[in-house]
Amino acid sequence: MIAVIDYKAGNLTSVVKALRYLRAEANQPDDILITQSPDDVKQADKIVLPGVGHFQATQLLTDLGLTQAIREAVAPTPGNAKPFLGICVGLQWLYEGSTEAPTTPGLAHFPAHCEHFPARYDNADLKSPHVGWNSLEDIRPDSRLLANIAPGSFVYYTHSWRAPLSADTAATTSYGGPFTAAVERSNVMGVQFHPEKSAATGLQLLKNFLTL
Amino acid sequence: MLTKRIIACLDVRSGRVVKGVQFLDIVDAGDPAELAHRHALGGADEIVLLDITATHEGRGTLLDTVKRSAANLFIPFTVGGGIRSAEDAAAVFDAGADKVSINSSAIARPELIAEIGSSFGAQAVVVAIDARRSTSSADPIGDAEVYVFGGRKPTGIRVIDWAVEAEQRGAGEILLTSMNTDGMRNGFDCELTRRVSEAVQIPVIASGGAGSAAHFAYVFSHASGGGKADAALAASIFHFGITDSRALKYQIAATDIPMRLPC
Repeated sequence: MIAVIDYKAGNLTSVVKALRYLRAEANQPDDILITQSPDDVKQADKIVLPGVGHFQATQLLTDLGLTQAIREAVAPTPGNAKPFLGICVGLQWLYEGSTEAPTTPGLAHFPAHCEHFPARYDNADLKSPHVGWNSLEDIRPDSRLLANIAPGSFVYYTHSWRAPLSADTAATTSYGGPFTAAVERSNVMGVQFHPEKSAATGLQLLKNFLTL
Repeated sequence: MLTKRIIACLDVRSGRVVKGVQFLDIVDAGDPAELAHRHALGGADEIVLLDITATHEGRGTLLDTVKRSAANLFIPFTVGGGIRSAEDAAAVFDAGADKVSINSSAIARPELIAEIGSSFGAQAVVVAIDARRSTSSADPIGDAEVYVFGGRKPTGIRVIDWAVEAEQRGAGEILLTSMNTDGMRNGFDCELTRRVSEAVQIPVIASGGAGSAAHFAYVFSHASGGGKADAALAASIFHFGITDSRALKYQIAATDIPMRLPC
């Protein structure tokens, strides 16, 4: 069972729709469960944390006991580290926090904080949010999430905060300088873009995750 | 590199896509769900569905159309037409839309922008502005006026002021239609688009006047005279001999405007 966590941050419909489409395409049963329950997280084979909106909304994860359940579910215990995919704010939550909501801590699975795009870059004004189709670069050859995705493939973004580059960065995108487009360390993964809205490239990524 | 977006727009009336021919005859152009998929496969970066008769017919037609169009559509999908409350918006999101476009209802009650944004995020709220240049001002573009109810009613509000207010109230994007250029196929209103684009931080989608690939290149351009638009609406690209968005995008890309290609 794939647990898609509903923490009242925007619209889950598109993510769930894409996952169900891929299950049906592969002639597999629909095992996508939208949930707010820590027990479901414990039962799940894989966990997806979508999210568009404000970082503050992730506070509900802790309030509902989901943060602890996720921390245990993804911990690298032998044979039991569940694949986890954070999308957009779901990726940012994997870091220590975000300047968008300084008092709300993230999971701190990855070091560093997410920060707003600069107002100016390279001697020019930089618009934010960063909205639209941008390209994936520097794809790490060992990335399982980005398998069969060519460098330069376009994906759809809509966000104003971003995660910095680190050793766990699995792909970059450039807007006001390079930032972490995808992060991956073992079973814990995140993407800043919206795979559910990124046409064939996005579906390939979700398929990669479902078949881990 | 961030690309400029080509957004395919479907005008829907009574559950069918319609298009005007020479401003007069409305002809049936097909089923919205079928056309949305055809545009997505044809290389469009986004789909916008505007239900131009939703106001008169209630919500049922629109929701069914949205649901069928959104099924198996994996690019951003915006829906507009008769959305007057956060509840209206929620029903449209539930049916599968990623963004809603609001126009007259946002002018009537600007709080609506934040009400929708607070539940679904700013990125989900597109404020559509129908603009007409001033005929009496020394600065006809700076003093361009907002019109509502399908362009029938002037509001006395300056377009630039409203765009800035919409941004401050939490709009994610501005969809700017120039009534002066709309339907003329002589090019977008680059001057107005540029003024609005420079006044706000959020993306501006240009609409009205597309007649050729060169018109798109011009409205996207940041060079002198260009419109600095982040995206442009293509409602009737098939009217001038371009077969789909992909063909259009290759022509635009040839002018060094970044496009999502291959797509």
